[in-house]
Amino acid sequence: MSISYARQFSTSAISNHIMKLTRLRVVDNSTIGKQAMAEGKPPRCIHVYNKKGIGTIGDKILVAIKGEKVKAIIVGCVKEQKPNIPRFDSNNIVLIDDNGTPLGTRINVPIPIVLRTILKEKTFSKGADYTKLLAIASNYV
Amino acid sequence: MLLRNLKLYKVKSGLAPVVQICRLSSSIPLEDFPVGTVSEKQVKPERKSIVPSNCRYVYPEFLPDPKMQWRNPLREKLERMDMIQRRKHIDIPEFYVGTIMAVTSSNQHAPNKATRFVGICIQRLGCGLRANFTLRNVIKHIGTEMKYQLYDPTIQKIEVLRLEKRLDDELLYLRDAPNEYSTFDENMEAEYLPEGSPIPVNTTMVKLKPRPWRARWERKNMKGLADLELPERFYKRAEELATPWEKYDLMKQYRRTIPEEEQKEIFAEVYSELHEVNVMRKKQKRKKVFIKPFKN
Repeated sequence: MSISYARQFSTSAISNHIMKLTRLRVVDNSTIGKQAMAEGKPPRCIHVYNKKGIGTIGDKILVAIKGEKVKAIIVGCVKEQKPNIPRFDSNNIVLIDDNGTPLGTRINVPIPIVLRTILKEKTFSKGADYTKLLAIASNYV
Repeated sequence: MLLRNLKLYKVKSGLAPVVQICRLSSSIPLEDFPVGTVSEKQVKPERKSIVPSNCRYVYPEFLPDPKMQWRNPLREKLERMDMIQRRKHIDIPEFYVGTIMAVTSSNQHAPNKATRFVGICIQRLGCGLRANFTLRNVIKHIGTEMKYQLYDPTIQKIEVLRLEKRLDDELLYLRDAPNEYSTFDENMEAEYLPEGSPIPVNTTMVKLKPRPWRARWERKNMKGLADLELPERFYKRAEELATPWEKYDLMKQYRRTIPEEEQKEIFAEVYSELHEVNVMRKKQKRKKVFIKPFKN
């Protein structure tokens, strides 16, 4: 005899936010990122460097990857976007060091064009230079 | 207008059952109810409207949102005027969910100030100037979606590469399908469909990836999905939650749709101008194609 089972509590729709403990996908070819993805242990977000705590395209985050803490930039989100901004099927990140230099040498997925403006605005002289990430991108969308 | 006249006429001649049918027709969508057959001979021959009956499928954004508290006749009229003005400037072709399209739009962030995106239309939403559609494509093995507003002034060109429909009104399940279902070549050439031919329906049955999915597709009653291969309890629960009686709820249908008379009024107002724009576009196209022969 089969028992039909239904949960008794209500659940809300998935918001697909990037927040603390969200699993992400590394899309550059850095060794640490590649290894983590190959092992099936994608990095977790452990901090979002903005005041909302919810990351979107162009935000800097801190991720836990293979037992290390590494900073990263979000380059694509699953959640709904405004018109003319692409939405992707996975939450993509590119690992960077403290100066904004990417750890890899190539990004294999398309990257939103808005990121060019966002990252230029976030870069100040004598601060971290995030625009180096744009140079290693292969495809814009 | 015509129906109202007809109703009055009927009341005078005392044919009660026909009157009832007339009143009902306001809440039933056009296709279910053959309007012309309600004894045309008895009605005084009015001027026949030239508006084709498929207008509400070709130009769905001209119909306002049926939600009562959001209606505003003046705003709707102004919006329609703006939409026609926009259509005079760029060619907004006929398209449906399932059509493969390419959109070229100005983008201040791009190095050459313009971008082009090719993809299948998976959703079409909104009314009036807020009408929008979503394109989906798989680029470099990652699903990418882009939402565009139909009357966005930054859009330079909307091309229809393959005009076809799918079995469903929304193809959001393509997000849970393998990549090959939504992969389209960026350099695809537009396919020619002879004028006046019916819109082909693509009857591809989509086979989804195994769960987890973004929605419980077994409950959504989608026609374009192949067998979902779920355990029996999923279908049982879907059956419990199904609301098959809703299609008989006339009031619900009335609130969800714009009444037929109003649709006719709206399209009578805009159709002549839309038709003019279409004729102008066709002339321009012919001019471009025809190359004057010259003597050597």
